[in-house]
Amino acid sequence: MTTLSVRIGESMAGSTRKLLASLSPPQLASAGKQALLPLIGILLFLGFWHLAAPQVQTSLGAFPGPAQVWEQAGQLWQEHANQRQRADKFVLMQEERNARILADNPDAEVRIRSYPGAPTFIDQIGTSLVTVLAGFALATLIAVPLGILFGLNPYFQAAVNPLIQIFKPVSPLAWLPLVTMVVSATYVSDDPMFQKSFLTSMITVTLCSLWPTLINTSVGVAAVNPDLLNVSKVLKLSFWTHVRKVVLPSSVPMIFTGLRVSLGIAWMVLIAAEMLAQSPGLGKFVWDEFQNGSSQSLSRIMAAVLAIGFIGFLLDRVMLLIQKKVAWNE
Amino acid sequence: MAKSHLELTGVEMAFDTAKGPFIALENVDLKIQKGEFVSLIGHSGCGKSTVLNIVAGLLQASKGGCVLDGHEVNSPGPERAVVFQNHALMPWLTVYENVELAVRQVFRKSMSRQERKDWITHNLELVNMAHAANKRPGEISGGMAQRVGIARALAMKPSVLLMDEPFGALDALTRAHLQDSLMDIQQELNNTVIMITHDVDEAVLLSDRIIMMTNGPAATVGEDLYIDLPRPRNRVALADDARYVRYRQEVLSFLYEKQRKLESLSTRRSGKASAQESGGQAVKQVSA
Repeated sequence: MTTLSVRIGESMAGSTRKLLASLSPPQLASAGKQALLPLIGILLFLGFWHLAAPQVQTSLGAFPGPAQVWEQAGQLWQEHANQRQRADKFVLMQEERNARILADNPDAEVRIRSYPGAPTFIDQIGTSLVTVLAGFALATLIAVPLGILFGLNPYFQAAVNPLIQIFKPVSPLAWLPLVTMVVSATYVSDDPMFQKSFLTSMITVTLCSLWPTLINTSVGVAAVNPDLLNVSKVLKLSFWTHVRKVVLPSSVPMIFTGLRVSLGIAWMVLIAAEMLAQSPGLGKFVWDEFQNGSSQSLSRIMAAVLAIGFIGFLLDRVMLLIQKKVAWNE
Repeated sequence: MAKSHLELTGVEMAFDTAKGPFIALENVDLKIQKGEFVSLIGHSGCGKSTVLNIVAGLLQASKGGCVLDGHEVNSPGPERAVVFQNHALMPWLTVYENVELAVRQVFRKSMSRQERKDWITHNLELVNMAHAANKRPGEISGGMAQRVGIARALAMKPSVLLMDEPFGALDALTRAHLQDSLMDIQQELNNTVIMITHDVDEAVLLSDRIIMMTNGPAATVGEDLYIDLPRPRNRVALADDARYVRYRQEVLSFLYEKQRKLESLSTRRSGKASAQESGGQAVKQVSA
């Protein structure tokens, strides 16, 4: 393994040298800024990680290096593929069996059960994504209209500002027990549309992530160019037209800045909430692996850490893309 | 011309400040006839913008009032369209959409969709901006944006067009070009216009009448000068015209001899303080 990575390192250094030689200085500067420097940064990090990891001894063995984590990531994907295969087989067999029963007796009641296997790493990612997007959407639905209201009315703003300042810095871990108890007590239904664990995580995410959007929206709304407000007055725009045609478009850039911060917070909060609440998702995956304590656990947790980081990065990129579509100043 | 079109009577404007009320305007009386082009000129801080904002309805006079065609003005409305100094176009709308916002609001009921469309295009053509209809304000020059601002105001078919230093932020060449356009448009539409300006040449060239305001605080109408020059006017030909030179001389002497600003430090500071007032905001007390 070591010789292999050394050889890879050598060949990479060689090709980098060739690349450097073929470029003229200005080209090099621009290409370097765009692709080369980040690549060098990542390679240096991997090298450091590779060298430093074996030095750290834990009760579960040495801290995993990049190679072990890569191997476990492949393993996690393989487990998911296998599980998926089994699930398909299960569904197929169930359908065949039900068809047979119905052929014998058309009035028979057939049961359709979902595949009982444990959720894989990929399934957990899906659950986490759905939860974070639901929580973030709810936060946006609350924060944007409230922010507009606060921004339009300075009295309202002054009245509510202390509350915002107090609730904004609260950690998700502090909210979680309260949310859990309230959801358990109030969401009682024989045929629940959502799982309680989903609701608990989602509401916690909402509570922690709505503040940046709320604050930025109200600041953006309060900062509309006074000339444009005068135009609106001269035109005698109705309240709703004023909000729709002047206030909202004018504050879209600020709102999006808030939304991006909110989404970042939502994703961080969600992992913590899932870990503590044992609700399905990436957080639970990490916690389960920690409890499992096998020799591969640390590698698998590290793979999850990287996945969490990468997904957070992608979420922000998606928001940036939407912002570029929607905002007029981009 | 028995009854005036627009009439300001005994207008006083006081702003509340931390150190008590600040009287910006006092006893402003002004009668303006239909189709007149009136310039308001005066040093900064003399309350020109306050007068304009009172006519626009954006500010309420503390005493006295403004009557347009027999109706008292107490709120803003499209019949008193305003052209702002910095165009005040919505940066997220295209040139066409900016005019459309105004046209749809004012003529929603009285014009069909097609009529509105033609009317918007007509007004953009009037200011020579039809070619940039689909551009955003950020993509065109300041002079072009100001043209669009004028088109938007004209498209409201206002009975009075109010212009707050419309060319103040433009370079000299662009300004001259826009002044000529404005004269052509005025010739064609015969609008009543009230324009604020700092520029003596601009005032004499464009106006039928120049209202010169005394220095604030408690500013009022100082002199009222009728400019009797034939239209269309040509800036190059007028430069040598004896009457033009005399009118120009009169305004200059009002501004720099009769109403000369005392250039001591305290008044200069007060000039700055009351310049803020022209933006319609609260003013700090001016030291006497």
